[in-house]
Amino acid sequence: MAPNENSATELTALVVDDDRQLRMIHQRMLNKVGVKNQAVENGKEAVQIHCSGQGFDLILMDKEMPLMNGIEATKELRSMGICSTIVGVSSHTKEKQIQEFMEAGLDDYLVKPLNLAKLRSILDKIM
Amino acid sequence: MGSGGRLTGNRLQGVVGGRRGCNGAEELARAGACEVTGEWKSRSPVKTGLPLWMLGLGADLLWADMNRLLAFLFHQGVLDEQFLQLQQLQDETSPNFVSEVVNIYFHESEKLLRNLRGLLMEREFSDYKKMGIHLNQLMGSSSSIGAKRVTNVCLAFRAATEHNNRPGCLRALEMLEHEYCYLKNKLHELFQIEQQRALAAGVRYPVQNN
Repeated sequence: MAPNENSATELTALVVDDDRQLRMIHQRMLNKVGVKNQAVENGKEAVQIHCSGQGFDLILMDKEMPLMNGIEATKELRSMGICSTIVGVSSHTKEKQIQEFMEAGLDDYLVKPLNLAKLRSILDKIM
Repeated sequence: MGSGGRLTGNRLQGVVGGRRGCNGAEELARAGACEVTGEWKSRSPVKTGLPLWMLGLGADLLWADMNRLLAFLFHQGVLDEQFLQLQQLQDETSPNFVSEVVNIYFHESEKLLRNLRGLLMEREFSDYKKMGIHLNQLMGSSSSIGAKRVTNVCLAFRAATEHNNRPGCLRALEMLEHEYCYLKNKLHELFQIEQQRALAAGVRYPVQNN
């Protein structure tokens, strides 16, 4: 059963998105379901935070970001041996674009907007 | 601030700044002050001269006003259920969450709209890919606050960029600027009513110091 705001979990998550508004919303959603979380602004920072020794159960990865996009970051994290659940979150709906992102190493892909129901379904799979 | 749009059936005929079909860029520039006249009027009270104990009634009336405006915006397809998601994320630990997020959205969206107009106005414009990137960003942020009509126009705009259709892009941009302006007006109105309601509700129960 997915956690709710009344039961803090031991799950941790990383939000990777260059959009400040979306970082705010996604972090708030994670807080609401009791998941401790951090946020970074691009794929490069996502890789760096893992290089510093931090790890997360869940990574919400945007696709288009400056410096290092979601596809590059996902490939890099997987090549580093990161086994976290990585979920792509993007506005793209074309099969070819989704497939390209999935082939980078995603566990799942969600079309924006993210909502609490979608988030809970992802967390259900992790727990 | 003015409100609404003149409705005929399901079509909104926007009258911006008193002139129909005004330039989208001008419309955007006046986004904070543009008037879209229409059938819905706020009954937000100003100075009433009412005694304090009666201001509690004002809070209830304002609450009803808020709900009517929201219902109107949902019915017109301006907002969708994602806006309710945002409201669910607001609580006593983050009491201004919705307005904070929406204000960031306004700030970032206006930058993106300026970028889109700047690209399309270039004499030798050909960077449809860059335009697509800006649009994806605007779509993502618009859909995340429940701005349904803005998101839908972005979809049509994106389709025009994928076909390298410059006239189509220009038409879509005009429509996008108009929809964005309307949304901004309406959300400002909603937040204004919410602020007044919170104020009136606060006055309803004055603190007794013994």
